[in-house]
Amino acid sequence: MVAPNMLPGAGARVRIQEAAFDVAAELGALQAGDPRVGAVCSFVGTVRDRNAPGAAGSVQTLELEHYPGMTEKSIEAMVDSAFARFDILGARVVHRVGVLQPTEGVVLVAVSSAHRGQSFQACEFIMDYLKTQAPFWKKETTPEGAHWVDARVSDDEALARWGIAARNA
Amino acid sequence: MRVTVRYFASMREAMGTSSEVLDTAATTLAQLRAELIARGGSGAEALGTDRSVRMALNQVMSAPGDSLHEGCEVAFFPPVTGG
Repeated sequence: MVAPNMLPGAGARVRIQEAAFDVAAELGALQAGDPRVGAVCSFVGTVRDRNAPGAAGSVQTLELEHYPGMTEKSIEAMVDSAFARFDILGARVVHRVGVLQPTEGVVLVAVSSAHRGQSFQACEFIMDYLKTQAPFWKKETTPEGAHWVDARVSDDEALARWGIAARNA
Repeated sequence: MRVTVRYFASMREAMGTSSEVLDTAATTLAQLRAELIARGGSGAEALGTDRSVRMALNQVMSAPGDSLHEGCEVAFFPPVTGG
């Protein structure tokens, strides 16, 4: 088996892929023996089997679609913004597309810095930005059929706290 | 002018295609959207002014008043839900 960090493009800071990601390998590659790093913060988004309280176990699969080219460029721009706002040393984003099952990882955002505060904030910033501005769309399959997931106003509100008006939902 | 129009997610399904090349008299994204609505059909409903439609010009999120140019790539899609 080829280790995830040996896959083509595995060194890039933004990747869109169908394959599952290995969190430990990604975090290791982010730090890459850099002695300046004192903190690595990460967020992993996973597929839930429910999209609302009381809808237990209703989601069978989650299909993710993206806009090849634009999606990568828009996330690169978000990572550039994070470097401009925060005192961070490294960042990487891995986002999956295709059909996923509940419990599978969808997205990984990881940031390194000298001290924890900056990487905590930058990780949240990138994730809030990504939820409202990166071209990804989710389609859930439930026993009642398949439907596209609506954007949430709360995601726009999460971005607004960084002083950025999203107006996505 | 000639432009390439791409559709994603529910918009793609409503239009029945992921992309098309159009000769258009429109000079802005809003005008192009109006032209597509005027064609009628399920696509017209999906692009309707009462719908939340996002637009990109050459793969950058753009506003309705932004100008088109020869050979540009336009995309219409619903609000994003990534992550």
